[in-house]
Amino acid sequence: MSLALVLEQLLNGVQFGLMLFLMSAGLTLVFGVMGLINLAHGSLYMIGAFLCAAVAGATGNFWLGLMAGIAAAAAAGALIEMIVIRRLYARDHLDQVLATFALILILSEGVRMVFGPFPLYLNVPDSLRGTVSLGVVDYSLYRLALIGFGLAVAVGLWALIAKTRLGIQIRAGSTDREMIAALGVNIRALYTIVFALGAALAGLAGALVGAIQSVQVGMGEPVLIVAFVVIVIGGIGSIKGAMVGALLVGVIDTMGRFLLPRIFATFMDTSQAMGVGAALASMLIYLLMALVLIFRPKGLFPAHG
Amino acid sequence: MADPVLDLRGLSKSFGALKATDDVSLTLYKGEIHALIGPNGAGKSTLMGLISGKTAPDAGQVMLNGADITTLSVARRARAGLGRSFQVSSLIPDYSALRNVMLALQARQGHSYRFLRPVNHDAPLRDGARALLARVGLAPRASVEAAMLSHGERRLLEIAVALALAPKCFLLDEPMAGLGAEGTARLVTFLRALKQEAPILLIEHDMDAVFQLADRISVLVYGRIIATGSAAEIRANPQVRAVYLGEETA
Amino acid sequence: MDNLRKEWLLNALLAGALFAVPLWAWMANEPFIITLATRIAILAIAAVGLNIALGLGGMVSFGHALYLGVGGYVAGIAAYHAFNGTTVMGLPGTNQMLPIWGVAMVVSGLVAGIVGALSLRTSGIFFIMITLAFAQMGFFFTLSWPAYGGEDGLPIFMRNQFPGLNTARPWELFLVAYGVLLVTLALFAMLRAARFGAALMAIRQNPDRAAAIGISPFGIKLVAFVLSGMITGLAGAMMADLTRFVSPAMMAWTMSGELIVIIILGGVGRLFGPVAGAAILVGFEVFFGGLTEHWKLWLGLVLLAVVLFARGGLIGLIAGRAQNG
Repeated sequence: MSLALVLEQLLNGVQFGLMLFLMSAGLTLVFGVMGLINLAHGSLYMIGAFLCAAVAGATGNFWLGLMAGIAAAAAAGALIEMIVIRRLYARDHLDQVLATFALILILSEGVRMVFGPFPLYLNVPDSLRGTVSLGVVDYSLYRLALIGFGLAVAVGLWALIAKTRLGIQIRAGSTDREMIAALGVNIRALYTIVFALGAALAGLAGALVGAIQSVQVGMGEPVLIVAFVVIVIGGIGSIKGAMVGALLVGVIDTMGRFLLPRIFATFMDTSQAMGVGAALASMLIYLLMALVLIFRPKGLFPAHG
Repeated sequence: MADPVLDLRGLSKSFGALKATDDVSLTLYKGEIHALIGPNGAGKSTLMGLISGKTAPDAGQVMLNGADITTLSVARRARAGLGRSFQVSSLIPDYSALRNVMLALQARQGHSYRFLRPVNHDAPLRDGARALLARVGLAPRASVEAAMLSHGERRLLEIAVALALAPKCFLLDEPMAGLGAEGTARLVTFLRALKQEAPILLIEHDMDAVFQLADRISVLVYGRIIATGSAAEIRANPQVRAVYLGEETA
Repeated sequence: MDNLRKEWLLNALLAGALFAVPLWAWMANEPFIITLATRIAILAIAAVGLNIALGLGGMVSFGHALYLGVGGYVAGIAAYHAFNGTTVMGLPGTNQMLPIWGVAMVVSGLVAGIVGALSLRTSGIFFIMITLAFAQMGFFFTLSWPAYGGEDGLPIFMRNQFPGLNTARPWELFLVAYGVLLVTLALFAMLRAARFGAALMAIRQNPDRAAAIGISPFGIKLVAFVLSGMITGLAGAMMADLTRFVSPAMMAWTMSGELIVIIILGGVGRLFGPVAGAAILVGFEVFFGGLTEHWKLWLGLVLLAVVLFARGGLIGLIAGRAQNG
């Protein structure tokens, strides 16, 4: 087990974590500001990936595809918010879960109807092909770019929330709903914008990840559930929590899958160690979540009280 | 004098820089009504939370009949004999008046882990609840859902639920709120009789009712008790007049 | 006719139809319909379990597929070792349903106890996500644990047996499922009417009040959650025997979603809500699944309409608001 391999896995973990952050940021914003649990967030990830793959396939230009993916996810998000989601803010969590579960069924089948039952493939853009030398390891340029993208978006999001007028309204919205109404902010429009912003981030993540995985119906939900784990760990409603949680989950999941089978192989036979190690590694992030819950039931960075 | 039933010793609670409760000590003796008054924001609800167990104090103790209950949960305190009514009516909305009282009786008996026998066939529970409803004058409304009762009726049901717990002391949080003159007068008569059963710590906004009822009054301002005494003493206390009554009468 | 009588009439109608249709199918030699009815009955049992947590206790568990899967794997593993003549943790396998059900309920009850003890420290949205995450943990564990089939799943070569009946025959297996369904429905009704149910439903509506009169919400909810998991686990063992196959898919998050959907379509907290909901869901799948491959789109639209506009489900639509008085 070389240092290079460990470093590569560590970078993969950070890359996975940053993509999780893009998913989690939207989820946690929507919950923080509107008090809504949105299961269909994974569908927006899927829409971003499909549109990116389709447009990139048709034009041969990844970046056009990426723009299309983000725009489509944001537009779908705004549309869904205006037609369905805004009827749910005053409802209880059960209704929110069911209605957004229904949206998953509708959007998944809708995408299947439009794009057919087979996975699409999205190629890494030519400019980001190949590897780049980081001293001890040659690392995939595209994955490195994903890390850069993720960090850039995180900084941008921080600036948006900390420095802009919209950010002030978002922060006010997550702490005191009556106050922003009193300030004369158009809450309906604010909610639509926040939802579309979250959707755009999910679409961005889907499009970026689509180039290293296959683009298929149902790709969003596993990521969505891991994003839930992230925001439970980080503290629901907290962007900072989402960042810390996403990096923790990304690195622990990736390193667990890499290291545990090798650790077990030191004291049991290899095939058994692979099985046990893989099984345990797949549970690791959930165990982390359970641990956080035992000691910090509201997550690491609780946003409300 | 005998030991107090409820004894608060040096309770303190801060939220950040704000001292919501500042070294509060207060006693409640058998047979008395001890009223707690104070302007809005004086920390009455924080203190209520500390007594009922919803909030944990930073320092100090809550003693009930000489036993330290500071670390007990809300439910355990209730079972230990702390009977609390809520400021905003807080009943089980879908349950009828009768079932609200039956639930309290059931809780008092401590047997909620019974899985098979239907409650509706539990004659002692039902009859006990009916008697309590009759006592507060709600017998004709026994089968009406709590959510459908009038505001005044819900306050009475709150009292019936508190009675069902047969507590060692009552903690009544603004029981007169929203009652008309007639309702308040009836409740005053009722509470005067009730204090013989168990002493009452009364948090109340209605000054007339407080001065009519209370054996002792404590005045809470900015989390501190600035005076304790009889109605006459409190009326005459210059500090109280300055910071509190002055404000009300001016 | 008052609502209570309407509900009982509807309940009797549902119970009668769920028996009469497969009875007719048995006489007309239509095993496919008998198997559908058996599936409805078993899904209904699973949903009765969830209805204790969700309907009575207001605990929105989005991870009840976990208990379905645990029950299923208990049945599969028992049958596997009985078939091979090997032992598991020192115990022999068995091909008898009754002991399998017992073990399935104990194991799923234990798992529900652990998940519940952790998840019930939180509430609301946290609770939903955490129950979902724990189910996902079970899903990935079975997926990557190679001993019992991993992602390929574990077949049950010979259906497990019930004393006095030949479970290989669809009609007799249906009778077993129907009988268990009636027993669990009776248990649910008793639980709801008993002191425990009174406390549990009170906690759902107003936990602060329940605590203030001396009922600890945590303990009552945890016991309800465990009972709920046990019944869903029992359904899982029966589901494994119906399909003669267990796989991680039983624990998939979509399965958890389906169980909630069943309860919503039927009516939350209603005695026969799970039966009505399971019948609607399976009927919808068979009917629309035959018409279009995109039937899930229509299911989604119907579900959305029910959530937005008809919150009482089928039973609420016909028999009005639930009576707790």
